[in-house]
Amino acid sequence: MLNRLRRILGIGWIVIGILSGYYLLMSQAIPKFQSGQAADKIPALIYAFILLPLIVGSFLLFGYYALKGEYDQPE
Amino acid sequence: MLSSSGSRKGLVSVITASSVGTLIEWYDFYIFGSLAAVIATKFFPAGNPTLSLLSTLATFAAGFVVRPFGALFFGRLGDLVGRKYTFLLTLVLMGLSTFLIGCVPDFSTIGYAAPVLVLLLRLLQGLALGGEYGGAATYVAEHAPVGERGFWTAWIQTTATVGLFLSLLVIITVKGNMSAASFTAWGWRIPFWLSIIMVGISILIRLRMQESPLFLAAKKSGQTSSNPLRDSFTKKYNFKFVLLALLGATMGQGVVWYTGQFYALSFIQNTLKVEVAQASQLIMWALLFATPFFIFFGWLSDKIGRKWIMLSGMLLAVVCYRPLYTAMYETGMTAGGGALPATLILDSANFWKMVALVFIQVFFVTMVYGPIAAFLVELFPTAIRYTSMSLPYHIGNGIFGGLLPAIATYLSTKATLANEIALQQQLPLPYEKPYLEGLWYPIVIATVSFVIGALYIRTTPQQKD
Repeated sequence: MLNRLRRILGIGWIVIGILSGYYLLMSQAIPKFQSGQAADKIPALIYAFILLPLIVGSFLLFGYYALKGEYDQPE
Repeated sequence: MLSSSGSRKGLVSVITASSVGTLIEWYDFYIFGSLAAVIATKFFPAGNPTLSLLSTLATFAAGFVVRPFGALFFGRLGDLVGRKYTFLLTLVLMGLSTFLIGCVPDFSTIGYAAPVLVLLLRLLQGLALGGEYGGAATYVAEHAPVGERGFWTAWIQTTATVGLFLSLLVIITVKGNMSAASFTAWGWRIPFWLSIIMVGISILIRLRMQESPLFLAAKKSGQTSSNPLRDSFTKKYNFKFVLLALLGATMGQGVVWYTGQFYALSFIQNTLKVEVAQASQLIMWALLFATPFFIFFGWLSDKIGRKWIMLSGMLLAVVCYRPLYTAMYETGMTAGGGALPATLILDSANFWKMVALVFIQVFFVTMVYGPIAAFLVELFPTAIRYTSMSLPYHIGNGIFGGLLPAIATYLSTKATLANEIALQQQLPLPYEKPYLEGLWYPIVIATVSFVIGALYIRTTPQQKD
């Protein structure tokens, strides 16, 4: 029963990964790219090319593994 | 392990050598942040876009990029050549970088070389910090008896908080013993110079320590990894635990830690406008009262398991943050006579009430942070332990925790602006308490981490030797 829930929630983690990527892009990276200030360029690049792939990638992979039953436990 | 040879005294020496070094590394890392305003005037004067860029790079890159990179670099080294020499190296690197930051001439003396040097030294600090924690936690855990790892590694867990406490204490003491002008002119360098003495003592202590017995045994039997990075992150069996450690534990722990120790200070200083020195004193008291609970929860985790102590800390934080910050705001308003003045000085009763409210937050930190070193150590085998535990720790803290100021500021600014627009248009205010909106970031992240931890982390620790 719990293993089924763990697997089903895998889809949820994938969705959270995509949503968090969208949120980081819209709330942090893009406004900083568009601010026109030189000091904002570095954080914008760090958000877009380091933090975003790391966070999104972690959730997507975790969700994928959960969906495949990699985190199943003996019941 | 030391217990098997009956040397409890030896275990205390291991803890002392490891904890003092880690504490100094945290101290070194924090004094830069605590003195950021003075450092900015000396090396990154306002109005120059290039300097502004370098300043931002120093702030962002040290926490977000270099710390995880340091975890990978030194983690790999620690799994290849041993824990002792690796975390000795991180200590030397951190101590020298910190001392040298205190020696770099101002921008007015050597021009652009000054900010570039400070930036490079700050990056080295981030690199060293990334390598230190995993080494110290692994080293202590590999000396400790299996059933007592929570208690012994909890001493390492106190170092981040005590390091913050020490940095505030040193800065307040130095400031208190000279005029404001002298402090701004050269006195700010003293906390950086002091580091070299503390690091020197710590190096002498660490040099006398032996290599981890579990690492030595693994090396002797040829069970160490020839490529820890590959084994940690490309082998699915290990990598899925790296992901679980990150999303089910360190991510939630990171935001609870940053909220209790940094966001609280920022809220008190910037939202409530409490005078800077009083705000620092207030945080120091809360840290002092809460620190013993790191040891308590580490010890308790040996008795009842680590998972539910950490997850309870996250859940309590999720449930209590909004009421706690409402109470903090109301305390500030009461002290200000119904409004918040430009600089608020708390009277004794409200000061201690505020200390209690911050203490509760740091108490949650002790629940999530006290047992986590033992939890991480037990999740991975000796051959790849340093590498595998360091990365999720520094991503959880450096990235998920480090994002807190930017996202919380974004959320609360957005709410304040929406209220101002509604006020101009004579519409009902969309946010009743805009100052609480920033808390949604730690609340959401800690909730997600709680659910992942509760469902996917096994209740019985996987004690891999």
